[in-house]
Amino acid sequence: MKHIVKIMALLVALSAIWISLLQTSVLPESYTWLLPLYSIVTLGCYGLLMVGVGLMRFPTCPQESLLLQEDIVEAKGFLKEKGVDVGSD
Amino acid sequence: MASISNSMEAKEDDDNNKYSIIVPTYNERLNIALIVYLIFKHLQNVNFEIIVVDDGSPDGTQEIVKQLQQVYGEDRILLRPRAKKLGLGTAYIHGLKHATGNFVVIMDADLSHHPKYLPSFIKKQIETGASIVTGTRYVSGGGVHGWNLMRKLTSRGANVLAQTLLWPGVSDLTGSFRLYKKSVLEDVISSCVSKGYVFQMEMIVRASRKGYHIEEVPITFVDRVYGSSKLGGSEIVEYLKGLLYLLVTT
Repeated sequence: MKHIVKIMALLVALSAIWISLLQTSVLPESYTWLLPLYSIVTLGCYGLLMVGVGLMRFPTCPQESLLLQEDIVEAKGFLKEKGVDVGSD
Repeated sequence: MASISNSMEAKEDDDNNKYSIIVPTYNERLNIALIVYLIFKHLQNVNFEIIVVDDGSPDGTQEIVKQLQQVYGEDRILLRPRAKKLGLGTAYIHGLKHATGNFVVIMDADLSHHPKYLPSFIKKQIETGASIVTGTRYVSGGGVHGWNLMRKLTSRGANVLAQTLLWPGVSDLTGSFRLYKKSVLEDVISSCVSKGYVFQMEMIVRASRKGYHIEEVPITFVDRVYGSSKLGGSEIVEYLKGLLYLLVTT
């Protein structure tokens, strides 16, 4: 099944629940009408929160850059000895 | 008794594994030498070959590869050049045609992917029997160096969007440091049409949809040291188009 179909099915299911809520009036009608809006806002907040959290906890590795520099020096030394042209650049 | 012979068989299988490391290059004369040295340093008891697919670099990348062949042997380093720049996806297909291993590793030549992680890819594959092992920058033990705030923000935003819309089951979609069973790579790559780095995302999403067993290992990503970054300004638009394309076709 194409992924878009899954997402559509999910949306249809949610709409069905919403409509049945409207019909049965378990909740006050004014609340029920605003539910889709709340859902969209919630989804947006979730997205922003995830981006924010991800940004704050973004794993960085400054030490790796230093280790790489050491590796480069080591590699250049070895390759130069073997006659590979790593001089320029 | 049976279990002993089974484990011995498994051991023997591990020893028979051969890894073909495909490295597409364009103007990477210094980086390719460094990466070859580091691969040989970190994979000492492993049967592997390096396949360099060079897209007609004007900087003499191919000359350096020939010099490296003199040092390490022409059977360990294969130079399979193409006449001009033809794109990443077709570079992998081209390299794959010449691969003799039963596993294929794909990595960038610009040293943002460090060969020291190769043993952990191989170990993970042997432990889990996975069809694909993909490197992820977004878990503990992984990480990125050399990105400014804007780059991090774009990356996080793109990732959240993709996770929400595609449910791929993989934490790092656009990373391109991966190990594949050769047959799996051949299967997946034939159904991929994207260009550039949406291609990496398409590969992993399609593989996930096909039900292949995918495992992740943490890697660190140090933004390129030598040479200039090849990412253009229309990156975000291309990414969104790619996302939409994957949404309706997978």
